[in-house]
Amino acid sequence: MLGAAAILAAAAISALALEHGAEPEAVRRPIPDLVELQAGHFRHRAAGEFSRDGRPVTAPIVMAEITRKLAVMRHQVTAADYQRCVEAEACPVVDHDGAVPGLPMVKVSWRDAHAYASWLSRETGELYRLPTDEEWAYAAAGRFQDDALPENLDFGDHSQRRLAIYDRDARRREMLDPAPRPVGSFGANENGLLDMAGNVWEWTDTCYTRNTLDARGEVVATTANCGIRVVEGRHRTYMSDFIRDARAGGCSIGTPPRHLGFRLVRDDDPWGARHQVSAWARRLLGLSI
Amino acid sequence: MIAQTAIRAAVALVFVAPALAQELPRQKIELVAPPFVHPHEQATEQGPKIVEFRLTAEEKQIVIDDAGTKLQAMTFNGSIPAPMMVVHEGDYVEVTLVNPATNSMPHNIDFHSATGASGGGDLTLVNPGEQVVLRWKATRTGVFVYHCIPGGVGPMVPWHIASGMSGVVMVLPRDGLKDRGRKPLRYDRVYYLGEQDFYVPRDAKGRFRSYDTHIDAFADTMDLMRKLVPTHVVFNGRVGALTGRNAMPAKVGETVLIVHSQADRDSRPHLVGGHGDYVWESGKFSNPPETDLETWFIRGGSAGAALYTFLQPGVYAYVNHNMVEAFELGATAHFRVEGAWSDDLMTRIKAPEAIPAKASLR
Repeated sequence: MLGAAAILAAAAISALALEHGAEPEAVRRPIPDLVELQAGHFRHRAAGEFSRDGRPVTAPIVMAEITRKLAVMRHQVTAADYQRCVEAEACPVVDHDGAVPGLPMVKVSWRDAHAYASWLSRETGELYRLPTDEEWAYAAAGRFQDDALPENLDFGDHSQRRLAIYDRDARRREMLDPAPRPVGSFGANENGLLDMAGNVWEWTDTCYTRNTLDARGEVVATTANCGIRVVEGRHRTYMSDFIRDARAGGCSIGTPPRHLGFRLVRDDDPWGARHQVSAWARRLLGLSI
Repeated sequence: MIAQTAIRAAVALVFVAPALAQELPRQKIELVAPPFVHPHEQATEQGPKIVEFRLTAEEKQIVIDDAGTKLQAMTFNGSIPAPMMVVHEGDYVEVTLVNPATNSMPHNIDFHSATGASGGGDLTLVNPGEQVVLRWKATRTGVFVYHCIPGGVGPMVPWHIASGMSGVVMVLPRDGLKDRGRKPLRYDRVYYLGEQDFYVPRDAKGRFRSYDTHIDAFADTMDLMRKLVPTHVVFNGRVGALTGRNAMPAKVGETVLIVHSQADRDSRPHLVGGHGDYVWESGKFSNPPETDLETWFIRGGSAGAALYTFLQPGVYAYVNHNMVEAFELGATAHFRVEGAWSDDLMTRIKAPEAIPAKASLR
């Protein structure tokens, strides 16, 4: 499996080398700038929707675990990075406006990001993928925004919750800043990662889920829709995987991500990572309601 | 000789009515920016008055969406739409139109509610640095569009209107609004929503262009307008202007009068989750209102009015129910309604859950 990827990568690189004979291979080969984070655990506001007794409730806080070292791209994939994938005919061509050199790549869907990850994995012989929601939050550290609604709304009539969501979204609107800015404009977080929660939101690999809690707060049923993925940034949102330019949802209610982009993580143990995702439900222990 | 007498008679006639009007009590109104409407009596026991308003033409660059798209706008009193003026049938409207010297173009006003001289357009054309005063009698009740119509100085009428120069006059019956059976109808709040189509030219890469002056924007904008496909259709001059923190507040049990105008294009307002209890679709109060409408129609170049009592709390979108215009071009406003939910009117019996496995066939 890995061997096949390496052969493919070698073939791709030699093709490039032939085409641009004068340039040394090292220049053409994409080498992501990665930051390695140590394994750890942290309290995390679970992604997805939660309900109890047929009523929507605020998502629980869970104890999330990052079981191994996590290598995360220091900055978001740039327009120039993405363009190389397009030139290799491995990534879809997207809106011209989205690809300004020197800026993070924006107007990309989850599917585009996935295509880029596959291409980069082939090119490098290493496995790159989008982070899970938990991994993103771990990497974002102090930049992670938990703007969950107060839990006392769990007991009011649902229109009060609706109005509270509306008001929260209205507050978000004022933070919008229109144009994408050059890499690094939003500074580094405590992990040295650039532009976390700037004005470009990032796709994650986590599927949108609906979870039913029992009286003790344990998840007793989950339905997942992997046509919708969690998007992280200044606030968390859920987006259909083919959307490149986020807009507000039903009746223009809600504040959409300003731009959709992504960064990848290097997966040194894909089987372990998958195990981690499947173990997600079991970690819904440390509920604090 | 005969001709001279006739002229004298005509002159006398012309001066008699205004001479009487001149003696009426006067009231000066401070206009407020939409969606709000200046304080007014819904029904009045006072006699007719001269109601004074002041409108200032203001040419300025504005931002019309969250992406920062700029428009060389033209306005009355700085707002799009222009402010709503409220009088009663039989009142005289006396408008001072000011065109500051800082403007670049002449402006005037055609009041659909006034009679003669292009609704006043022929008598009100003022150049930058001039002002004019026009008085007209409010003889018909309803909500009526007014707009700039600067004819005779170049082909600019549609451009001025598409740049924001329209508003509404509401002429109320002296004894207020009534239903079909002549029962009085009252409102706790009134909101004025002016729907506006904008035409912003794009550059070669498809991005919206901005221009330094109105004159610079003229030729490209007119070319685009002639295709009749707006780039923006908005309430209150900007995508999202009446949403979020600027959503229109109301409470359960309150009755709201929604006045809606569109000086150019047809619209089909719909209140998502609500209704039009009483709707004057063509906007004229001498006709009985229709009741219980789901969606109504605003003819381009007119205003309509809908009365609705909110029965449930929550967020209500008020949209042009051409949903492409509502969601892609911007024609969405929100009401934010507080109060207690009625389970009788609506209850979710079962929350979303996995579809149960089919019972085995027996």
